[in-house]
Amino acid sequence: MASFTLNINGEKKQVDVDPNTPLLWVLRDNLNLVGTKYGCGLSQCGACTVHLNGAAVRSCVLPVSAVINQPITTIEGLSENGDHPVQKAWLEEDVSQCGYCQPGQIMSAVALLKNNSNPTDEDIDLAMSGNICRCATYVRIKKAIKTASKL
Amino acid sequence: MTVIKTKIGRRSFLKISAAAGGGILIGFNWLVSCKSLIPEQKGVSIPKEWFDINGYIKIGDTGMVTIYSPNPEIGQNVMTSMPMIVAEELDVPWDHVVVEQGALDEDSFKNPQFAGGSNSIKLGWDPLRVAGAAGKRMLLEATAKKWGVSVKNLSASNGVIKEVNGSRKISYGQIASKAVGLDVPDELSLKDPKDYKLIGTSQKNVEGPKIVTGKPLYGLDFKRDGMFVAAIEHPPAFGMKVKSFNKEEIKDMKGIHDAFIVDSTYSKKKWNNTNAFPQLIAILGKTTWQVISAKKMLRVNWENVSELETSEMHEERLIKDLEKGKVEESRKDGNPDAAFAKAVKVIERTYTSPFIPHNTMEPMNFFADVKENSAELVGPTQTPKAMQEAVSSLLNIPKENISIKMTRMGGGFGRRLYLHFGLEAAAISKKVGAPIKMVYTREDDMTQGTYRPAYRSVYKAGLDKNNNLVAFSVKGVGLPDGPVFPNRFPAGAVDNYLAENKSSFTNISTGAWTAPKSNFTAGAEQSFIDEVAEAAKKDPIDFRLELFDKAINNPVGEKYSYEAERYAGVLKLVKEKSNWGIGDSILNKGVAAYFCHDSYVAVVIEVVLNENQPKVKKVWCAVDCGIVINKEGATNMIEGRIIDGIGHAMYSELKFDNGSSIHKNFDTYNFIRHNQSPSEIEVFFVQNEISPTGLGEPSLPPAVGALANALYKATGSRLYHQPFVKQLQMSLG
Repeated sequence: MASFTLNINGEKKQVDVDPNTPLLWVLRDNLNLVGTKYGCGLSQCGACTVHLNGAAVRSCVLPVSAVINQPITTIEGLSENGDHPVQKAWLEEDVSQCGYCQPGQIMSAVALLKNNSNPTDEDIDLAMSGNICRCATYVRIKKAIKTASKL
Repeated sequence: MTVIKTKIGRRSFLKISAAAGGGILIGFNWLVSCKSLIPEQKGVSIPKEWFDINGYIKIGDTGMVTIYSPNPEIGQNVMTSMPMIVAEELDVPWDHVVVEQGALDEDSFKNPQFAGGSNSIKLGWDPLRVAGAAGKRMLLEATAKKWGVSVKNLSASNGVIKEVNGSRKISYGQIASKAVGLDVPDELSLKDPKDYKLIGTSQKNVEGPKIVTGKPLYGLDFKRDGMFVAAIEHPPAFGMKVKSFNKEEIKDMKGIHDAFIVDSTYSKKKWNNTNAFPQLIAILGKTTWQVISAKKMLRVNWENVSELETSEMHEERLIKDLEKGKVEESRKDGNPDAAFAKAVKVIERTYTSPFIPHNTMEPMNFFADVKENSAELVGPTQTPKAMQEAVSSLLNIPKENISIKMTRMGGGFGRRLYLHFGLEAAAISKKVGAPIKMVYTREDDMTQGTYRPAYRSVYKAGLDKNNNLVAFSVKGVGLPDGPVFPNRFPAGAVDNYLAENKSSFTNISTGAWTAPKSNFTAGAEQSFIDEVAEAAKKDPIDFRLELFDKAINNPVGEKYSYEAERYAGVLKLVKEKSNWGIGDSILNKGVAAYFCHDSYVAVVIEVVLNENQPKVKKVWCAVDCGIVINKEGATNMIEGRIIDGIGHAMYSELKFDNGSSIHKNFDTYNFIRHNQSPSEIEVFFVQNEISPTGLGEPSLPPAVGALANALYKATGSRLYHQPFVKQLQMSLG
């Protein structure tokens, strides 16, 4: 066990965990930020996507000791009132079925749009194919990303 | 106007049950602990006082209405569509409504509280309409009494009651307190579909705002102070059982509270019939990572209790039992043997599909807090009532002392119909004497079983010299149960017809997977029909329509299980919408139609080849599910199952060696992703006033057939064996 200071959603957080603990479980178990989801534990499904220094990363394979003091954003920190353009677009296109993967999809989409404000279908496929949606809402996710790019 | 009875037997349909205590049904609202559950943008303000009207409805003094959604929410969006039906008959504006998940209380809801077989809307249609209409009636009665007039002189609409020949009006919120406990007449009038204001519109997922902001909604998100997290380890192969493990070593690990073998054997078969692993190792700790880490240190003695199977064995068994297996169900019309002997052309093709897992994105989990004579369970279940009975039986605690609370589910697809994960959580909590949340890893989940069975079917068709279909047979077998529906299409449409459903055996555990049996049979049958149409030199849609004409005008044999007019109707609609056969647009398009869960779906898929790799470009889909409740939600459901059908048929399989799935996580198991998904899907509904039927599953099966037929157009290869990608790699190089 060791003590780490994390910079999560603009706040300093102190946690006392094993250095190998993946960021995912620190968020979920220690910090009560359960919007970041567990899906595979192998960075294969994208349900655990968060931003580290603004880039989309898979928190399930990221040891907490590797992210000390670096800015981390989770779905809970994306906006104060759930009104980030990507969140608004997700509601506008009524994307969700079960909804479990959607926080991860949204975090990947936000990272994509930050670097590419007007992505093509191919750009979206490339950036999003690491995020599985078992309910297969892919057509709506694509639409929502395009809607968000105009907001 | 429909008149409907409000009593079943001697019991009133809608009295608030005694179990609810003080007449109030407590919604399950742990999810947003401190904040109000009520979204900000509502047409009315937050009430100070609430009044219980019936099991579904409470009305606040401002006119805000809470509607309890009775059924489990697995992503089929019943939390939006079911309350829409209540709100329609109550006649309240949708922006006055907030929705909460109802508690398990079938006495009060008078509606089976389960999610399966695409049944929620179909079975809920009457109880939900009655609940709304009864609520409205009570408000009218209360107003009539207050004003000293007859109910006949009042009208209710949009949350306001008005005097028909007068100027008085009163809002639901103002009269609700007086409506509490009023009797409902034995019969009530329901609205005519033409008067619907809400049903048939598009309303957004009521939990959308919580989903996109990452609020705790799912079983895996649930927490209770003082609870342990429990990881499990089940045997690594079907046919193995746990004997012993390095218990002391595990218990000594940092953060580990206890480790033991737990037995969750439950003798009743319903939703528990193929659980292969009633004994598990449980490891309890403070955090998820600690127990997952401890799992990696397990050294276990497993013992073999039955044969360890392989995919090769499965194939051999299917081939053998397709011929020699026991016929479980059959139908025979005319004289198929003689007709095949006389036929000018005979076509025979064999189709197969592998075992596949459900792979809900949220792995199996459940919270349990077992006390001496009571237990509380919280988690994702499609069958809360069966879970209550099972846990009661396992713990030997009376049913009424077992509380089952439903969380939103990270996918179902049939997987959470089964009871084992709730039973396991209960057994673990009992043994450790503390509240626990049991969590499966993806590997635990993907290797536990409950898979879609592996199937093999052989289809045979005979054409006469005029290219008429004069003989048809299908024989199918599965591990363990076969996929054939003897009374479905083309039963009734062919003079000489034979259908045989056969069983085989396996110790791999299987279960209901989206559109059970149909998920394979539709693809096989509809690709076969396509090949037969081609041999008969007929357009594939016209060929099918000819068969439906026969089933309508000159049906063969005993009653068949579909309505041929509605079946033909969706084909005609999809033909029109996809511009089928116009110009060269038929190139690379495949069609299929299927009937299951009482709904009719026809699909046209267009495939393009990009650098020799096929990709679905566009999908057109026509649906007849009767009245559509929530158009956008329904469309979402149809789109999802189409992509799901395409994805599993194209990419997914589980192979077995030494009794174990060799695919254990998404690194080796292929599931359809963004870049493989269709670019566009258009959905069209047949407009009618037939009572609504299932939508959670029926668009998956025909998507498989349409895909196979479109791939044939694009590549020249007929696809017989799932996953198609394997066969295509061989033919496309």
